[in-house]
Amino acid sequence: MKSPLLQVENLTVRIDSGKTQVRAVDGVSFSINRHETFALLGESGCGKSMTALSLMRLLPDAGRIVSGAVSLDGQDLLALPEIAMRSVRGERIAMIFQEPMNSLNPVMTVGRQIAETLLRHTGLRGEAVQARVLELLDDVGIPDAKARCNDYPFQFSGGMKQRVMIAIALACEPDLLIADEPTTALDVTIQAQVLDLLRRLQRERGMAVLLISHDLGVVAGMAQRVAVMYAGEIVETADRGDFFAHPKHPYTRKLFASLPGAARRGQQLEIIRGMVPRLDQEFSGCRFAGRCDSAWERCHTTIPEWVEVSSGHGVRCHLFAALRVSTPSSALPLQGGGCETGAALSTPSPLQGEGWDGGEGVAPLLQVDGLKVHFPIHKGLFKRVAGQVMAVDGVSLAIHSGRTLALVGESGCGKTTVGKGILQLLRPTAGSVRFAGEELTRLQGAALRARRANFQIVFQDPYSSLDPRMRVADIIEEGMMALGAAAAASERQSQVDCLLRQVGLSPDSKYRYPHEFSGGQRQRVAIARALGVRPKLIICDEPTSALDVSVQAQILNLLKGLQDELGLAYLFITHNLAVVEYFAHEVAVMYLGRIVERGTVEEVMRAPRHPYTQALLSAVPAADAGSSREIIRLAGDLPSPANPPSGCHFHPRCPQAMPACRESYPAEVVFSATHSVHCLLFAGK
Amino acid sequence: MLLFLLLAGVAFYAWRVRRREHLLQPWRRLMRSRSGMASAVVLLAFVAVGVLDSLHFRLPLERQANNAETHYSPEVLSVFDLLAGPLRKQLEKTYSAPFAVHLFTKETIELPGGKQTRDFPRLKYGGAHLRDPVADRAADIAVTAATGALYALVLCAVMTALLVLWLARRRGVSPGAAWMLIRHGHDEIPWRTLLATIGLLILFVCLAALLSAKYHLLGTDKVGQDVFYLALKSIRTGLMIGTLTTLVMLPFALLLGIMAGYFRGWVDDVIQYTYTTLSSIPGVLLIAAAVLILQVYMDSNQEMFDTVAARADIRLLFLCIILGVTSWTGLCRLLRGEALKLREMEFIQAATAFGVGHFRIIARHILPNVMHIVLISIVLDFSGLVLAEAVLSYVGVGVDPSMQSWGNMINGARLEMAREPMVWWSLLAAFVFMFVLVLSANLFSDRVRDAFDPRVR
Repeated sequence: MKSPLLQVENLTVRIDSGKTQVRAVDGVSFSINRHETFALLGESGCGKSMTALSLMRLLPDAGRIVSGAVSLDGQDLLALPEIAMRSVRGERIAMIFQEPMNSLNPVMTVGRQIAETLLRHTGLRGEAVQARVLELLDDVGIPDAKARCNDYPFQFSGGMKQRVMIAIALACEPDLLIADEPTTALDVTIQAQVLDLLRRLQRERGMAVLLISHDLGVVAGMAQRVAVMYAGEIVETADRGDFFAHPKHPYTRKLFASLPGAARRGQQLEIIRGMVPRLDQEFSGCRFAGRCDSAWERCHTTIPEWVEVSSGHGVRCHLFAALRVSTPSSALPLQGGGCETGAALSTPSPLQGEGWDGGEGVAPLLQVDGLKVHFPIHKGLFKRVAGQVMAVDGVSLAIHSGRTLALVGESGCGKTTVGKGILQLLRPTAGSVRFAGEELTRLQGAALRARRANFQIVFQDPYSSLDPRMRVADIIEEGMMALGAAAAASERQSQVDCLLRQVGLSPDSKYRYPHEFSGGQRQRVAIARALGVRPKLIICDEPTSALDVSVQAQILNLLKGLQDELGLAYLFITHNLAVVEYFAHEVAVMYLGRIVERGTVEEVMRAPRHPYTQALLSAVPAADAGSSREIIRLAGDLPSPANPPSGCHFHPRCPQAMPACRESYPAEVVFSATHSVHCLLFAGK
Repeated sequence: MLLFLLLAGVAFYAWRVRRREHLLQPWRRLMRSRSGMASAVVLLAFVAVGVLDSLHFRLPLERQANNAETHYSPEVLSVFDLLAGPLRKQLEKTYSAPFAVHLFTKETIELPGGKQTRDFPRLKYGGAHLRDPVADRAADIAVTAATGALYALVLCAVMTALLVLWLARRRGVSPGAAWMLIRHGHDEIPWRTLLATIGLLILFVCLAALLSAKYHLLGTDKVGQDVFYLALKSIRTGLMIGTLTTLVMLPFALLLGIMAGYFRGWVDDVIQYTYTTLSSIPGVLLIAAAVLILQVYMDSNQEMFDTVAARADIRLLFLCIILGVTSWTGLCRLLRGEALKLREMEFIQAATAFGVGHFRIIARHILPNVMHIVLISIVLDFSGLVLAEAVLSYVGVGVDPSMQSWGNMINGARLEMAREPMVWWSLLAAFVFMFVLVLSANLFSDRVRDAFDPRVR
């Protein structure tokens, strides 16, 4: 067998943070063969990116490699002088970062940024450089490369920027490409494009790829071998097929089980209790022991050894060490695949309100008709209105109390604007928003303020939605005080305690500041704040997309529990279709400011009619290795809402577009009482 | 008096904070920082001098009648003037170097024999007690300094003992244990640093008190006034200009800056045009015009200003107002930018969703989040303002020429820099005092910012 391309042995990285040392990476060993895609999988803060950065020797100043060896093709990278390392970077190992927006220099044309790498690492000069740049841009699928190589990064969309980043990384034909969450910042349809590109390039050039991701779906589609990191250690390594069919480590199993999806509707999601332990302590046992359901006393006292379960499949867990010596039957509760385990835990109970009549006869809690939010574009000295950004252009929807409507779409399609338009945070340009029969768009000042207790919002980013200078108690109290929910101070305090308990936080935490909490806990605080005024409707604007999978499961469980308990209605704005399948009752799919398809979850997710919905569903990477669905590739990006295409907004990207699609916007076609779609394909029927 | 209103305000705030635990917390954190406490002590010393100097009064007439006529003075005295009595009165003829016993310039002296000679005459006060100035001076200075140091040592010891006893009672331990706490720096509050700073301060005060009684510690200026005394008197001017200007400027900058950023639209336009216009006019011109107007007004209404000090004070106050009105634009622009950023933050939107009113949002959410910018730019402006005062004095529109200020001192020393040998002491004195004040203000505000940011622990 050939020696591997990259061999990492016992890599240990410490980060100095004042008095303590954080063990960011602790004894990580793996190897990557040529032509292979190796995935590092793990939640945020587990040391994935630190591992990658230390391979490139690009650690932040406080970080330092304590021990270990990294050899590329037999050459010890850690022993190289910095000057030699510079020629390794870019030439033999290249890296793509998560944020395409931040990793390109905004004041250089993309052509020059690619040429920069070429000039540094190759002997190409003059015309030859230009030719190579064009070739690279062509390779990564940027149309009209000749014209576009003189464009600046802001003239490219997110997906295109990531392609440019890939072009830069590939400029010198590296042996190893490190892709650090390459698609996390992108939409699903764009993600599918970029992953396709990576896969094609790898096949053509025979590079090895180190893929770093938290997304099981992406890993399933890309990797040949998978390593799971937890708290600075690799806890499991396996081939892809083996990994997705028979995950061994309890942490990996939990990860699978906490994925939301249609199969788990109506059940609680599996959650991993507690949090990732602090990495500045000395561990005396298994790092996962505190959160593991099958931990026994040995897990807390002895550090588990690396166990080869089968060839190429290793686990760091006492369960499997014990398996080989003597098999304690009680310690083997987990057999079979992770996905199946989760689904088989309990038989799906009928969803509350599953046999629901569709709400006829009952007036909906929220009724939105023809909502339009346009932003004027000002030009010139006197700020004349030169055009309109039609962020939301005629959206109608209805939510009944106790139900969840999911609003799905790619970023930039106007989902969030719909939410803010309903809340009157942005005043709609036209249309009506009726809450419990009352028109909100015409209300002003105090009258509107009085209604605000009824509908609340939970934002996407729990880091910016809580004022960093206020204590949790003040944050929760603020809404109550503004809306006069509880008059006396002592009464308010006891309510705050009660709310914190309701969202699963201890009442003592009310004297702390938001920065002392983790992302999931902050989101709980944000939910408690919304609940403080006893709303009937909560607009959840991507409440889990900034969170890790296991934390996402906790928040989804919490939201579901609150709905059952308090009969809340949710408008759930998201781009994550798995969450929709798990959580929502009804779905509305938005494209460029308009709803293109709506219906119940079963109707839309099982039998999507609109070509956009179909493409969206097929682009979601599935977290199992066996699936071989046909993915509908969408060409291009979302058009600008300032200048939408004529006719059906989707026709330039639609694989089934007809000439008639260009003419006029299709009318609504109704399939059932709940299911309707805007598409000419069905207009005749 | 504005200053006392300010002090009362600070006292009220302190009383309010003491009653609320979570408001007390940041101050506790501040007390734990060494550089914060050290600079606070120095700042307090400056403020104490300034406050003493602001306690104006006029000696009662009957006492004046009892006393000799030489004590009669039309000017208002301050408590500080009483304390530094001899310094104020010991006027020489003209320049003399620090610790000098002779004047800086040669004069014709009449010798006892009736002969005349040109030599450096003896000073009237500086080292007047010495019989043989050249030989005895060094020894005398050393002895006086040693006495001063001894006093300082005794005072420090007394203070430490008091602190130990107080701490022992407060923490409920024996005095010995309290002493160990202090010595090893185990207590929360850095007593060691605190004691060292106060000790240094006491040492300085003792030395200065003893030495300046016999010598001109920092020399004398052109009209023979003691430079050390002038520098001390200038503290009040510096503090007044710094704080009053800031007080005048802050409401403009805070309110307008945040309003522009928060409300956007036409409010933003109006405020932006205002400050762009204002900052495009050279500030010195505006100030000169305003001060000249005041001058004319004062000249035509002389009966309203009965004393020289009152005139000087009014002029100072007016200068502060004018400086404040012209200098808010920079901070305002910064705050507008920050408010523009903050208003898009989701916590502001969440507050809007709760129906919290605009002014409440500004007060509770935006203001605390821009406070760090305000603190930093105020302290940076503070030194700039003291310097601006110097520049304006040079143009002739600064504080009243009869008022002691660092600006006037620097201005006076400016011409003498070209002299050979150089007259360096006025400039150096002004520089050192300004430097210490601005540095300690900087350090202190830095700590305050850290202590009030809940994210920094």
